[in-house]
Amino acid sequence: MTISRETGRETASGRQRRRPSKERIKETALAWLMIAPAALGLIVFLAIPFFMAFQLSLTNTRLLSPNPPEFIGLENYRQLLRLNVIAMEPLRDPATGEVQRDEQGHILYPRARTILRSNDKYAGMEELTQFDLFGKRYLVAAGDPTFWRGLRNNFYFALVVVPLQSSFALLLAVLVNQRFKGVTFFRTIYFMPVVLPMVVVSIVWFFLYNPGVGTINALLKAISFGRIGPQAWLADPGLAFPAIMLLSIWQGVGFQMVIFLAGLQGIPEELYEAAEVDGCNALQKSFFITLPQLRNTTIFVIVATTILAFQLFTQVYVLTGGGPSEATMTTMVHVVREGRYQLRAGYASAITVVFFLIVLAVSIVQRALIREEREIE
Amino acid sequence: MSAQTLTQAQPAGNKTLHGFQYRLRRTLRAIFYYTVATILVCFFVFPVIFMVVSAIKTNETQITSDVAGVRAFVPYPFRLVPPVNRLDDAPAEVRAAYTGLGLQNFFDVFRRMPFGRFMWNSIFITTTTVALGLLVNSMAAYPLARLRWKGQGVLLAIIVALIIIPFEAVAIPLTLLTTKLPRLGGGIGWHDTYYVQIIPFIADAFSIYLLYQFFISIPKDLDEAAIIDGASRFRVYWNIILPNSKPVLATVAVQKFLWIWGSYLWPLMVIRLPEYRPLTVAMQEFFGQYPRLWGDTLAFATMTVLPVLVLFLAFQRWFIQGIATTGIKR
Repeated sequence: MTISRETGRETASGRQRRRPSKERIKETALAWLMIAPAALGLIVFLAIPFFMAFQLSLTNTRLLSPNPPEFIGLENYRQLLRLNVIAMEPLRDPATGEVQRDEQGHILYPRARTILRSNDKYAGMEELTQFDLFGKRYLVAAGDPTFWRGLRNNFYFALVVVPLQSSFALLLAVLVNQRFKGVTFFRTIYFMPVVLPMVVVSIVWFFLYNPGVGTINALLKAISFGRIGPQAWLADPGLAFPAIMLLSIWQGVGFQMVIFLAGLQGIPEELYEAAEVDGCNALQKSFFITLPQLRNTTIFVIVATTILAFQLFTQVYVLTGGGPSEATMTTMVHVVREGRYQLRAGYASAITVVFFLIVLAVSIVQRALIREEREIE
Repeated sequence: MSAQTLTQAQPAGNKTLHGFQYRLRRTLRAIFYYTVATILVCFFVFPVIFMVVSAIKTNETQITSDVAGVRAFVPYPFRLVPPVNRLDDAPAEVRAAYTGLGLQNFFDVFRRMPFGRFMWNSIFITTTTVALGLLVNSMAAYPLARLRWKGQGVLLAIIVALIIIPFEAVAIPLTLLTTKLPRLGGGIGWHDTYYVQIIPFIADAFSIYLLYQFFISIPKDLDEAAIIDGASRFRVYWNIILPNSKPVLATVAVQKFLWIWGSYLWPLMVIRLPEYRPLTVAMQEFFGQYPRLWGDTLAFATMTVLPVLVLFLAFQRWFIQGIATTGIKR
């Protein structure tokens, strides 16, 4: 193919002017041809399944089922999101009508199951939790208590891990941004866990968390001078989730460190020099220059870590499978259990739709925050 | 962002101090710095050291009794009987009781499971996905960044919008969809194949976006000169844009490599036969077998992370830069 000098110049300078249409058509054809493979992939494996999720969530589709799926409207969502708070009546002595108490004087209540069975309104619901408020006891019943426990754990994880991991990452980034010999080595080591597959990380930590005689138990015993006895980390409903949080931070913090490091190095040197001329000390410099300059980086890190908290799956699935007694259940573990093992593709899709809406909300908040920053500038 | 900026550092120390006081302060700072940095090194390496050291201890009793102390991190031979001068001369029961350091656990893994097959599956799936992904996504990014055509703006906006959809949100419908796709050479259904682990992950909106951002920053003079010399638009892509885009290609490759090598949720959903099982799922399977032997399991773990660790240490600059880019460009 030969192109005259004139045509070549045309392409270079004539962006606003109308170009020869033949050239234009050729370029358009080539463009579509080159995009076609990627476009096909994105349509078939991302766009179509994405819309399928909404459609499936309105049906009772099952994986590997010979029966055709039926349209059931919002039934999946009704089961998923149904939540009732029921005021509990204390047990009364049938003869005297007095409130029954146990030996310690606590008021006795009927069993949750008895209440839920006694009224058809609560058909298909199970106990999620009970709480006391103003001297009365309430029973919270849900259509799918597992879903709510999973969601609660995702929020719990985000609330604990996001601030901890982000500040730890910032600290590491500041540390490896110093002018000392060997910082490259330290940076490499702190980042190293990020490249390890989460399945392997989980299994290694499983051994470290060994109940009774175990490395973590021994370490705690040593630093507490024997005051903290051996714990059954992954089998203890109160400790299993914090144990998973610790290994998640260990594996993931290098990722945020590197992002903060890039942010730190993007801060213009002149700002620090100017501050020094004005007599700022190190603390003032970090509060008035470093932190404000890292604003967008911080927003990104926080949002990315929050989204990861909602995607939490592998480490939980490998270590506890959501147990003990659903103490480590997460939304994605619930999706996989419903989808892969119960084969309820329709119901699992409804959960993923809710999951996606949460991730979307987090992303929208991120964009709003970053846009606000631009307007200020 | 370039590699130099990563190693640049803020000015350290206070220039107004002089002489002894200044030197003392600098020394104390260095001691403090290296102490903190070294404690953190211990925190980040101790699980890996534990894994490798336990994997080469051939006696299971030694591993389980060592875990509660520093010995968990020290590779040392363990003897149940007083040492004999030459093992060959010792009676059989002494030979059996003598255990030291060795690769026995690694051999056991191969004996108990077709480990080579799983390793091959993971290597094949990961390299194919990364290579095809680089080709397909850079091919899509080129016209978006460097050509002028109808629909360009709309398509770019759609691709940016697609980034927001996490894989988890489409996993279930995709599981269903892939049961209905045809295979080359006849047959329906992609479950328990390589297809299902490779093809859905080739095209990637975020990769296209990263490549697009890099491509628009390449000076226009290069391709204009080539076009004047008679090169086609496609040749410009192949001979000029790609060779000038090594940093971003490395970034995209590293991100996808880490994602596919460590992927677990997806193969769990669609792979049930061992023939196509990747290392991650095999590792979990092996871990779930009873009796659960620490040495064997950790030998399996060591072999799974070894290729990644070697690649990481060899190309650590690219790995770190790849991740740093994720944060900046979004």
